[in-house]
Amino acid sequence: MRHGKYPLLAAFLLPAIGLYATLVISPYAQAFFIAMTDWQGLSSNFNFVGFDNFRYLLKDSYMWNALWHNILLMVLLPVLTIALGLFLASMLNVGDGRGRVRGVRGSAVFKIVFFAPQVLSIAIIGVLWKEVYNPRSGILNGGLRAIGLDGLAKTWLGDPAVAFWAVLAVMVWANAGFYVVLFGAAMQSIPRDIYEAAALDGTGRWTTLWRVTLPLVWDTVQVAWVYLAIIALDGFALVQVMTRGGPNFSTDVVGQRMYDVAFTEFKFGLGSAIGVVMFFLTLSVTVLALRLTRRERIEFS
Amino acid sequence: MSSAHDLTRRTVLGTAATVATVAVAPALLAGCAVGGDDNPDQAQGQKDTKNPLGVKDDAPLEVVIFNGGFGEEYAKAHEAMYKENFPKATITHSAVVEIGKTLQPRFIDGTPPDVVNNSGANSIDPGSLVSQGQLADLTELLNAPSLDTPGKTVRQTLLPGAVETGSFDSKVFILNYAYTVYGIWHSSKLFKDKGWEYAKTWDEHIALCKTIKAAGIAPWTYQGLHPRYMSWPVISTAIKFAGPQVALDIDNLQPNAWKSEGMKMAADAWHQIVKDKYILDGSPGLDHKQSQTEWCNGKAVFISCGSWLENEQKAVTPAGFDMAVAPTPSLGKSDKLPFEAVRGTAGEPFVVPAKAKNQRGGMEYLRTMLSMKGAKDFTGKVSSLTIVAGSADSISLPPGLSSAVKVLKASGDKGFNWVYPVYYRKLERNLIDAACGEFFSGRIGPAEFLDKCQKGADEIAADPSFKKYKRT
Repeated sequence: MRHGKYPLLAAFLLPAIGLYATLVISPYAQAFFIAMTDWQGLSSNFNFVGFDNFRYLLKDSYMWNALWHNILLMVLLPVLTIALGLFLASMLNVGDGRGRVRGVRGSAVFKIVFFAPQVLSIAIIGVLWKEVYNPRSGILNGGLRAIGLDGLAKTWLGDPAVAFWAVLAVMVWANAGFYVVLFGAAMQSIPRDIYEAAALDGTGRWTTLWRVTLPLVWDTVQVAWVYLAIIALDGFALVQVMTRGGPNFSTDVVGQRMYDVAFTEFKFGLGSAIGVVMFFLTLSVTVLALRLTRRERIEFS
Repeated sequence: MSSAHDLTRRTVLGTAATVATVAVAPALLAGCAVGGDDNPDQAQGQKDTKNPLGVKDDAPLEVVIFNGGFGEEYAKAHEAMYKENFPKATITHSAVVEIGKTLQPRFIDGTPPDVVNNSGANSIDPGSLVSQGQLADLTELLNAPSLDTPGKTVRQTLLPGAVETGSFDSKVFILNYAYTVYGIWHSSKLFKDKGWEYAKTWDEHIALCKTIKAAGIAPWTYQGLHPRYMSWPVISTAIKFAGPQVALDIDNLQPNAWKSEGMKMAADAWHQIVKDKYILDGSPGLDHKQSQTEWCNGKAVFISCGSWLENEQKAVTPAGFDMAVAPTPSLGKSDKLPFEAVRGTAGEPFVVPAKAKNQRGGMEYLRTMLSMKGAKDFTGKVSSLTIVAGSADSISLPPGLSSAVKVLKASGDKGFNWVYPVYYRKLERNLIDAACGEFFSGRIGPAEFLDKCQKGADEIAADPSFKKYKRT
């Protein structure tokens, strides 16, 4: 057994590693190289420019503006999505109160409703919400006017003061459903007797959620946090479909900046530099998030 | 887990990393995104009066068409005409939507097709293609005799200003085939029903807006999420007031070109429709389709657009709408250009790549398109004008287009245009766009608007990574 081990392992690993290297690692490595050139992506001519592209980015106010939006997203998207996800999941799974460990009435239906956005592609979500936000015929303004709240009707995606929040709301809407299911699954694995004990001690729903459920699903929350932070660092697809970064750059994100620089200005060197910056940002955010959320494991025994 | 020291996860990963590094090195050398370049031999034939460009008669020709508003049928007709003259040539035709994604690798690789219709949202930035030396100079084609207009060169058969939009530093790299008229669009039927008349001066225009608003309709709407559409009437007004120098200065990135007297007058004038709330509620939040549809549904009377509007709105335009285009109103009697002057420009770019295998054939294909027969066929098939003068005569056109022809004729040699969006796409698409958005939603006034435009132009001017072009 011991002698045949390495050839066998190699036979399994090498093809996969080969594919991974050519299709994933090699483009990454090339991006690092291209980021140091002034390549325009239309011919094979380029000059090596060292760190000029990064120096340019450091002074580029559009880049900082986009980055600021990503940072806002990175803080707000996980907080809002996880809070909403936890609240809904606990209502659906353990929210009945009164000592019985089960969800509120109709929770089976709600589970499907909340999860529905997850099966839509991001492009469809973008187009759908663009119509919802249509200031004249969209159902959002229509609904507000129907119930007499005309003062709250806005131009949504056309107003720089509102557009960013409108996009953020769609992101939360699109993601919350998945985390409801994820947290729900985690809650299902919590032993019932803990809840029963808590109920005997007379805890309310909030205390149960805060003191019992949350600590016991903390691992899952941690994973959710990392995922959502990465989604927030991207955010490109939705922005591209809904606003292209406008109006007046109020919804611009780093991903959109990269797309514009590469595909409308045809500066692939600079675009790759933005990609490299994003790579390191995502990496450090992940490490940071894992560090900050590390807590002692609770073992069920 | 007692023999863990033999094979831990860590050693497997470590080995994998080593293998990966080894595997990446050759991949970097071989399959590099930036590599690959060879200059192929160009197919060349004998030049004579029937074949002035010297096409090799059996050289294969590859044509890539943008499959957008015009479709691809017109191109198939042009290819058939080419084949009539060169029966031995085989033609490869393809029509794609994503020109950039499809062709960028082939440009890098040095194996581009012979003719490219570089159009659509995913087209390749023309300024970059030119600055990278990827396009063939079309001057020879323009000086060649026309295919079916005896005694004239190709250039002499074209409308004024047709070549300008594809010229970079006195060479012609892009042939913009379709002719577009930009102006203010309205429904002639609505005007007839209400007894209104299109206003020729700005004061009359504002008075008309007042009447329209009193009738319960919004006078204006605009493509709110792409507000650059509104930069067109503003710049047009300025050019008509102060002369074509306004456009020249803007194109050449002259200092303070956006804050010239003409631009100031124009911005002040247009601010009126914002101040007096003559713009349809919610317009800033509508995209181009949504706003144009509101306009078609009679919710607003005026909209700024180019002559593709009729085609774009075909599906939602009510019967008998009778859309018509008109020039921007004059500011006053002292205007340098008459009211009739309108912005006309060639659009729908065709290029012959510098590294095309059959460059001669590519140019000959363009010569076929520019023949009277080719142009008439195009106009008949897709309801759009071409840059070939007189090619729309005796063809029955839909109402919007026939009004465009009329406007163009009235404008004659007073027509004008600007080309900074071709030189510096970012300036119009991102920077002027953002300024127009702020201005027409009323968040900033005319002075701040021009400051913001100028700031954008200054950024481009100061950025050495944009190759600068000058025109005279």
